[in-house]
Amino acid sequence: MAGNRLLYGGAILAIAFETIFMYMSPLVVRSTIDSIIGDKPFAGSGFILRIVDIAGGISFLKTNLWVVAILLVAIAIIRGIFTYLTGRWSSNASESIALKLRESLFAHLQSVPVHFYSRWKIGDLIQRCTSDVETIRKFLGVQVVQVGKSIIMLSIVIPILIMLNAKMAALSLITVPFILTFAVIFFLKIKSVFQIADESEGAMSAVLQENLTGIRVVRAFARQDFEIEKFEERDDAFRNHVYRLIRILGVYWGISDTLVYTQSGIILIMGTYWTISGQITLGTLVAFIAYVEFLLWPIRVTGRTLTDLGKAMVSLGRVREILEEPVEDISGWSGSNERLMGNIEFRHTGFRYDDYTSVLHDISLSISAGQTVVIMGPTGSGKSTLVHLLPRLWDYREGSVTIDGRELNTIQREYIRSQVGIVLQEPFLFSKTLEENIRLGKIGNPGESDIIEASRIAAIHDEIESFEKGYDTVVGERGVTLSGGQKQRIAIARAILQNPAVLIFDDALSALDTETESRIRQALVTRKGTSTTIAIAHRISTAIHADMVVVIENGRITHTGTHSELIAKDGFYRRLWEMQKVQDNLTADEERN
Amino acid sequence: MDHMETDYTRNFKFSSWRRVLTFAQPYRFTMILLGIFMILVAGVDIFMPLMTRYAVDNFIVPGVTSGIGYFAAVYVIILLFQAVSVAIFILLAGKVETGVSYRIRKAGFAKLQELSFSYYDRSSVGWLMTRLTSDTTKLSEIIAWGLVDLVWGGAIMIGVTVVMVILDWKLTLWVLSVVPLLFWVSQKFQVMILASYREVRKTNSKITSSFNEGIMGAVTTKTLVREADSLREFTELTTRMFNASFRAAVQSSMYMPLVQVASMIGAAFAIWFGGNGVIAGGISYGMLVLFLSYAAFFFQPVQEMARVFAELQNAQAAVERITSLIETDPDIRDDMETILPVSRPLQGDVRFEDVTFEYKRGQKILNHFDLEVNAGSTIALVGETGGGKTSIISMVCRFYEPTSGRILIDGRDYTRYPLQWLQSHLGVVLQTPHLFSGTIMENIRYGRLSATDEEVILAAAQVQADTFISKLPDGYHTAILEGGTNLSTGQKQLISLARAIIANPVILIMDEATSSVDTQTEQLIQVAIEKLVKGRTSFIIAHRLSTIRNAHRIIVIEKGRIIEDGNHADLIKLKGKYFKLYTDRFQIEVTDPGMDLK
Repeated sequence: MAGNRLLYGGAILAIAFETIFMYMSPLVVRSTIDSIIGDKPFAGSGFILRIVDIAGGISFLKTNLWVVAILLVAIAIIRGIFTYLTGRWSSNASESIALKLRESLFAHLQSVPVHFYSRWKIGDLIQRCTSDVETIRKFLGVQVVQVGKSIIMLSIVIPILIMLNAKMAALSLITVPFILTFAVIFFLKIKSVFQIADESEGAMSAVLQENLTGIRVVRAFARQDFEIEKFEERDDAFRNHVYRLIRILGVYWGISDTLVYTQSGIILIMGTYWTISGQITLGTLVAFIAYVEFLLWPIRVTGRTLTDLGKAMVSLGRVREILEEPVEDISGWSGSNERLMGNIEFRHTGFRYDDYTSVLHDISLSISAGQTVVIMGPTGSGKSTLVHLLPRLWDYREGSVTIDGRELNTIQREYIRSQVGIVLQEPFLFSKTLEENIRLGKIGNPGESDIIEASRIAAIHDEIESFEKGYDTVVGERGVTLSGGQKQRIAIARAILQNPAVLIFDDALSALDTETESRIRQALVTRKGTSTTIAIAHRISTAIHADMVVVIENGRITHTGTHSELIAKDGFYRRLWEMQKVQDNLTADEERN
Repeated sequence: MDHMETDYTRNFKFSSWRRVLTFAQPYRFTMILLGIFMILVAGVDIFMPLMTRYAVDNFIVPGVTSGIGYFAAVYVIILLFQAVSVAIFILLAGKVETGVSYRIRKAGFAKLQELSFSYYDRSSVGWLMTRLTSDTTKLSEIIAWGLVDLVWGGAIMIGVTVVMVILDWKLTLWVLSVVPLLFWVSQKFQVMILASYREVRKTNSKITSSFNEGIMGAVTTKTLVREADSLREFTELTTRMFNASFRAAVQSSMYMPLVQVASMIGAAFAIWFGGNGVIAGGISYGMLVLFLSYAAFFFQPVQEMARVFAELQNAQAAVERITSLIETDPDIRDDMETILPVSRPLQGDVRFEDVTFEYKRGQKILNHFDLEVNAGSTIALVGETGGGKTSIISMVCRFYEPTSGRILIDGRDYTRYPLQWLQSHLGVVLQTPHLFSGTIMENIRYGRLSATDEEVILAAAQVQADTFISKLPDGYHTAILEGGTNLSTGQKQLISLARAIIANPVILIMDEATSSVDTQTEQLIQVAIEKLVKGRTSFIIAHRLSTIRNAHRIIVIEKGRIIEDGNHADLIKLKGKYFKLYTDRFQIEVTDPGMDLK
């Protein structure tokens, strides 16, 4: 930040010099017209007189006007250098700030706890990270300099005008309060119109996006005309709002032009009177005509600047809201990063979300290292929440959970996550190659054969090979669309390669067809013992070979046992089994043959 | 073929603009009027310094004040005229801008409703959105405001030059001597600056997707403990962004002073030669002041015009992309020559005759495929992922057409029916249920727009969705949030099932329609589905055997071919693939003889 302050300081200083040199040229022109070309006595400080003397004196200059011409160009060049420096330094500062802002947002979003994401909407977050940062950047890059420039210009031009002629100076400032008030009031008023236009654009894009993502539904119901009508309505509304905005802006620029021309007119006409009556010289009048432009310009944009300031403040507030969200606690025991065994013990564990809806009550469960446990239960019963406690995505609030005898919430998050692999219900792939996606889970550098083996187990290898670019296929690029099942299997391959002490399938097998699922299951069985495996499942077939089946209903464990134990008891599992038990007959049938 | 990767030309080509300019056609009179107003505005801008000159030469130098009242009156009239003109030209340009973008969007959207799925397969939603949002906005802005800048700038330059030449052509030559050089430099700089901004935009959209990925994949990132790696990758992007933006800003800050210096060189020549003229007596004071103003004035539009030219060049890509969208012909559409009038209601007999389907050239999904389905029967498609099940139903929907062979519906080649008419007889329920923003009521009604509230509720009740909907705070009027985040996938599937039911389709298609519904609810829906399929031709893809078992026919598809065909009992007896799938699923020792096997 200190570096940026320095840059801004430099930029403001450069603006001051730029402004001084900018104002110098009308003065030079004035003196030239009055005293070199004309015969008026030279009015100026001793310093300027000395420069004139060095240049050869007035009579020399009269016959050698080229010296003045070169002086003017030199002034323009020096001014140009300062203009350049202003732009360079201020953009360096604003871009650095934007860069820092983006990076801290990204870093922050990665370190907030999972419940953050259930409270915030994705679209809103992205908006804050992109367009709000952009608003701030623009304000810092353009308006901060503009404000500095306006202040410096006014604080230099007003003394010069007064020095030249106090009466004319007063005259030049006559419409300033009006223009200023008008500009400020106008831009404050138009803010809401801007907002309405923005919103209507958002509404239009939303219809467009929904249509494009749901195009199959649109076609399936032959709703094209309905959709076209819906879109046209939004398209038309957007057009009207933008047009309304432009109309208002048209009126604004019309009126503000009137005020500016009025000011110039007052200067011209009154200046003419005073020149004739000898109160001012022609050169002074010419200088005033030039200065009025300089004077009115910053005032005219004040309203705009203030509006932008308002917007930037709002954006800054929105960005801050994210940055002020607490991050996950990263302290805790991390062993010496050795592999855990995978003995898991829940004792009277309870969990509720922030909105106090209880999800898990009094969970007691003991899983030994290397066991395969299947968790079943109706939707919303708390199965996912239970398994999410293990990699500390959520922290339990009651009771205790231990892994290898150590209390889970005293173990460092990064470490426990490297030990507990989880395949999520909705797997997420990064826009990298498939190979990189599979490799992500593995610390170190797994060989190609390991990756292929993991893919084989996950029953995805053959499909990957059938892609044009095989393992180098980039996810999401050029219409490469993977089906839900394919994504799931890649995520499974990733988890298998990771080979964690505890491997969790969060309903990760249900999107697969039965045959694929059974292949994966068999492959996992052959490496049984290497990981404690916990799977959430809907299908009885997944549960049959498990060491233990846990049934959760309404946040409580209602049954535990093996498949054959559970079907002997009345309850959810047995009901489920009965619903799906057609095969019983089949087996019987087979036995009879 | 893959137009996302196509390299669009960077050079200005009028031919591609012509198509886009047809969208401005209805505004041609507005545009002519706009041009006239710009010339008027420029005229007054040029005239203003002449007023100053008049004041200097006719009042100040001779020391006369008579007539100054008239002078002031003329000044006021001109300034009011100018103020009104400015307001009007902004209005006119705004009308053109908003009108052109409205029409491009409208045409583009209508085209998107026609284009076949093969087009959607090649283009991401983001790509398509950009065409109709930022590309369109940019283009219409250039058409409207580019016209403003070009006409005004051209008029100023021409006008100033003409006035100066009339007054003193020699002095004019001196003042304008730097113009050719300036034009050249401007053009170079603007192209450079725009190239830099293009890089900025490209990097910016990468940053946006990075944020998107960071947020969407936050949990995955955490579980894989790769926060540090993600941040490192992101830092590379932001660094690139900084470099590109900084370069663009530096180039812009270099260009501005160049124009200022050029303009000052013009003024310097004016004061040098004009001043000599005044001293020698050939030029009046007023004239000198005038030339000084004009020197500054002439260079004002240079920057603007250079920018417009560079932007035109830069917009070339946008123009070509929009043109390509609007001019793409849909692969599947009604062929007016072969289409036949529809005389009777659709029955629902579906026949695949020697159908081969390639998703990509050489990649046969279906190979000489034959299938005959009688109206009103329920067909379950079973088989491994990628075997061709989804392709079959996509072709029944005519989302895709066979590469060779034909599909007959009620004995007629289905390409001879009007596409929309055909599709209006379909009901489709997909695995990933897509809901639109709006209430649940509106979403179910999407199936049949004329349905009453009671009919909607009845449809929901039929698929067991009524129970959860009535538990929601606003019941059927609960708004569905962006992306449907306030409903579970299973709930969304139920709503889309209700949506299909209310459409009362002749042909019903369900692709994994209930995969995320829990087993107990599915059991209830099963009853509803059985009622639903009665009297309709139904195609069902499902992993759950309970859904499949009751189908009239079960077809096992492998590598684009039918390997088994029959009802549940037949196929079980066959002890083939279906049998294997079935037993794999339910290897249980317990026996419970009796039901289901007839």
